[in-house]
Amino acid sequence: MKLTELFQRGEFVVTCEVGPPKGFHIEHLLHEVETYLKDRVTAVNVTDNQSSVMRLGSLATCKALKDKGLTPIFQLTCRDRNRIALQSDILSAAMLGIENLLLLTGDHTRMGDNPQAKPVFDLDSVSLIHMVKKLEQGEDLAGNALEGEPPKFAKGAVVSACSDSVDVQLAKMERKVKAGAEYFQTQAVYEPEKFIKFMEKAKQFGVPVMLGIVIPKNAGMAKYMNDNVAGINVPQEMIEELKKDKEKTKAGITGVEISARLIKECKQYCQGVHIMALGWESKVPDILAQAGI
Amino acid sequence: MLITQLKSKDTIDTLIKGKTVIINCHGCKEVCFPEHEAAELQKELSATGNIMEVITRDYICNPDNLRLQLQKYMAKINASDIVMVFSCGVGVQTVAEYLEDKKVYSGCDTYPLPGFQGVTPLEFACGQCGECYLNYTGGICPITACSKSLINGQCGGSKNGKCEVDKDMDCGWERIYRKLEKMDRLDTLNYPAKVRKFWNPDADPPKVD
Repeated sequence: MKLTELFQRGEFVVTCEVGPPKGFHIEHLLHEVETYLKDRVTAVNVTDNQSSVMRLGSLATCKALKDKGLTPIFQLTCRDRNRIALQSDILSAAMLGIENLLLLTGDHTRMGDNPQAKPVFDLDSVSLIHMVKKLEQGEDLAGNALEGEPPKFAKGAVVSACSDSVDVQLAKMERKVKAGAEYFQTQAVYEPEKFIKFMEKAKQFGVPVMLGIVIPKNAGMAKYMNDNVAGINVPQEMIEELKKDKEKTKAGITGVEISARLIKECKQYCQGVHIMALGWESKVPDILAQAGI
Repeated sequence: MLITQLKSKDTIDTLIKGKTVIINCHGCKEVCFPEHEAAELQKELSATGNIMEVITRDYICNPDNLRLQLQKYMAKINASDIVMVFSCGVGVQTVAEYLEDKKVYSGCDTYPLPGFQGVTPLEFACGQCGECYLNYTGGICPITACSKSLINGQCGGSKNGKCEVDKDMDCGWERIYRKLEKMDRLDTLNYPAKVRKFWNPDADPPKVD
């Protein structure tokens, strides 16, 4: 099922991100997904060597999820593949019956666990979206015809809604929409007022936007994200709130409460929510219940 | 060595919309410049009546040298709408930075050649990628100013205007956006999705005399 069809029906779409393991054993991942996410989220989004850390492939993991009856979203970054490999992987996804894509530039190889690697970036996110659209029209990026019926996907992209240079991000978002992006998910949001302002400006593009949530596990994680992750700012009051969590040994309950609160405050302004649980998939049902979804 | 090759007449025609000053950079021993073709093209362009001045100098990549060489033309440059530069990518970037409020366009694409790269005092880098993007980006090169060499806008990795790869390096696309914003030229970013060509089969092979 394509996410775009659900957006068109006016459904509030809920997706959750999972990161494949650093190895090929995915029993644990499948167990977590089946226990905590199946029937609770619309689709499961599989990262592509997230943060440039080498892991099991997104495409293979998507196939395993599909076999378990879930709807996977195939994340594809430009960091590791040239346009031939990217197009080939898109066709492979089509053959495996994967209908949802999230198309990204990707972090630089220097950010990850194989920093010696050559970064590819043959294409970037905008030209990647353009490329998928061309495949959907029955030809490859160079204009050569595909055999048979062309594939059709729901083409997703990302935007940093609370970036310190949100106007530069909005300009890129516009380019992505023009290239063919059909829905967006945002980087983690901790400042609803900034997100609402962003949505007022993003409305003009007429594409559905999913609020990005990273569950704040503790104060240390929040501070780390403030120092190291682009487009994320966890306000000081929220860090204080998380510190109290530890004092009362509530072990993550505050993170769940904050996530649910953020969703409640923002949901009337957006068309869905995308939760990046970073291993805390078990908290997702609670978050959704508390947020009234 | 490097080779500069003229962009097509069609491309240059779309750029010259108003009173134009042309700056050619000759004389640098590291660059093979199509002098004859450039002179022919500029003669043709002059027939339109838009060309106010054709300046030919050397080493415009050196900002001090550039300033001195342009001194006596500044009245004309100030009165012009467009400055069209025929040089390698470094020269165009130096002119674009010096004439920060002007529309500075590149009339050439720059290709690499093996061998001596010279002693040019570089303030800017040219990737010699064969498809100069400076006309889309306010004269700031996205190939060398962006760690990922992105040509369609900023990635999600910039924080406080700095690059995700090197926190001491300014985000190239932040610089490009701010410059276009300052010049009231953000409409420049409305170009269709660009796909980078690592080998340009449409272009004629670079000519060497």
